[in-house]
Amino acid sequence: MIQVHVSKRLHTAEGPMDLVFSGTIEQGEFITLFGPSGAGKTTLLRMIAGLTTPDSGTIIVDGQPWFDSGRRINLSPRRRSIGMVFQDYALFPNLTVAENIGLALPREKRGVIVGELLEVAGLQELAGRKPDKLSGGQRQRVALARALALKPTILLLDEPLSALDLQMRLKLQDELLRLHQRYQPTTLLVSHDLSEVFRLSRRVFVLDRGEVTRSGSPTEVFSQSKISNKFRFNGEVVHIKPSGVVYIVHVLVGQDIVQVIASEREIATLKVGKRVLIASKAFNPLIMPLDE
Amino acid sequence: MNPDFTQTMILTFQVAAITTIILLVLGIPLSYWLAYTNNRSKTVVETLVSMPLVLPPTVLGFYLLVFFSPVNPVGGFLDSWFNLRLVFSFEGIIVGSVLFSLPFMIHPLQSGFGAVPATLREAAATLGISRVKTLFTILLPNMKPGILAGCVLSFAHTVGEFGVVLMVGGNIPGVTRMASIAIYDRVEALDYATAHQYAFVLFAITFAILLLVYMVNRRFARMELT
Repeated sequence: MIQVHVSKRLHTAEGPMDLVFSGTIEQGEFITLFGPSGAGKTTLLRMIAGLTTPDSGTIIVDGQPWFDSGRRINLSPRRRSIGMVFQDYALFPNLTVAENIGLALPREKRGVIVGELLEVAGLQELAGRKPDKLSGGQRQRVALARALALKPTILLLDEPLSALDLQMRLKLQDELLRLHQRYQPTTLLVSHDLSEVFRLSRRVFVLDRGEVTRSGSPTEVFSQSKISNKFRFNGEVVHIKPSGVVYIVHVLVGQDIVQVIASEREIATLKVGKRVLIASKAFNPLIMPLDE
Repeated sequence: MNPDFTQTMILTFQVAAITTIILLVLGIPLSYWLAYTNNRSKTVVETLVSMPLVLPPTVLGFYLLVFFSPVNPVGGFLDSWFNLRLVFSFEGIIVGSVLFSLPFMIHPLQSGFGAVPATLREAAATLGISRVKTLFTILLPNMKPGILAGCVLSFAHTVGEFGVVLMVGGNIPGVTRMASIAIYDRVEALDYATAHQYAFVLFAITFAILLLVYMVNRRFARMELT
């Protein structure tokens, strides 16, 4: 069990901001920290890792204090059982994939563990390559395998999927879930992608300007505001054409032209070039899978 | 070939090589500290390291001469306890060259350390890898251009050193007479032919060394791009 009660004053572009976090995380849980950039998500992760020192508070992991400002305890990152995946992956460019994963391991165990991780992450073919010869998705997998090598108590993931395209992201989300089930580390994921939050985590903390504004399961947290029973799109009127007693309005939404029927009274407020909102009740949508 | 000439050239490159090795060994911990510390004394240390860039070499040489003279307590102590005399000796010009070329090693190494992304050090820390192991397996291999630049600049600068060596070492053939001093010595004796021999060889070798560095650095840069 991890108990985190920390605060730190951050100096941001919009002036000073107080990051305050208080929460308890159970063994093996998968938590996401969700929020806009600059909300303090990464700083919180870094405080748990020991890379940033909180101004005050405590971080207690399985009864052992990692940080306690009152008792002047501050364990160095080297002595905390953590695995961290950085936003830029931070792979060691001078070492091969296998060396990156195995660097932290004692020599006698290295071969077995590295072999297993290479297999689990599907990296056997790439074991001898240097990071600059890998694609973004492959780098991400190496970073994850490296973070898991020491079987850490806590796995910290700082937007590990944000730099990847959608298809790769979905694939790696599956992989992340699989690895989590296999090794069961308590996991904290920083994300600002809602679909990721829903797919991966049971519990989410929403951070905004340094404070936790909401927390709970993704459905609880997002059901009032973000999930609605309506479709809404922003668009731009590109053409208006009379058709009998009604008008057909062509609206550009993204890259698609949508035709919407409008009455004469509605037309009075519209003209070509106007920004409009199209909304519809979602009681009868057509839903079909896309080919990938 | 003139045996004096050969002896002087060998001595010159010996001094330069030993100085470079000593500087590399001293420079790595010092520049590591300078690159990563927030300590208040950092500014003072940085200033001291950079002093030889602006100080007349004769000033440094003069103080070393006074300091290491056997009549001075420090020089006397070294002389009586370690039988080490640092004035007008080979060891003395090594000490002088190390001090005088210090910024030429420290500055490239310090910017080399600074150029390695901070997340690499942090990643190593989260993996529990010790600072020493991080230094040798992560930091130094990723700053090869800086190490190369530091070594070559120190080497070339020591080869061309004049003022400090003359003050501390004098002009003893085979012991402290380095090429740049031999040139001065030969010109004073109106022996322009030998002076030219020294001058040209120094010129050619220094040019070749620097050319090599630039070529190697270009290869490093290209490797990083691909």
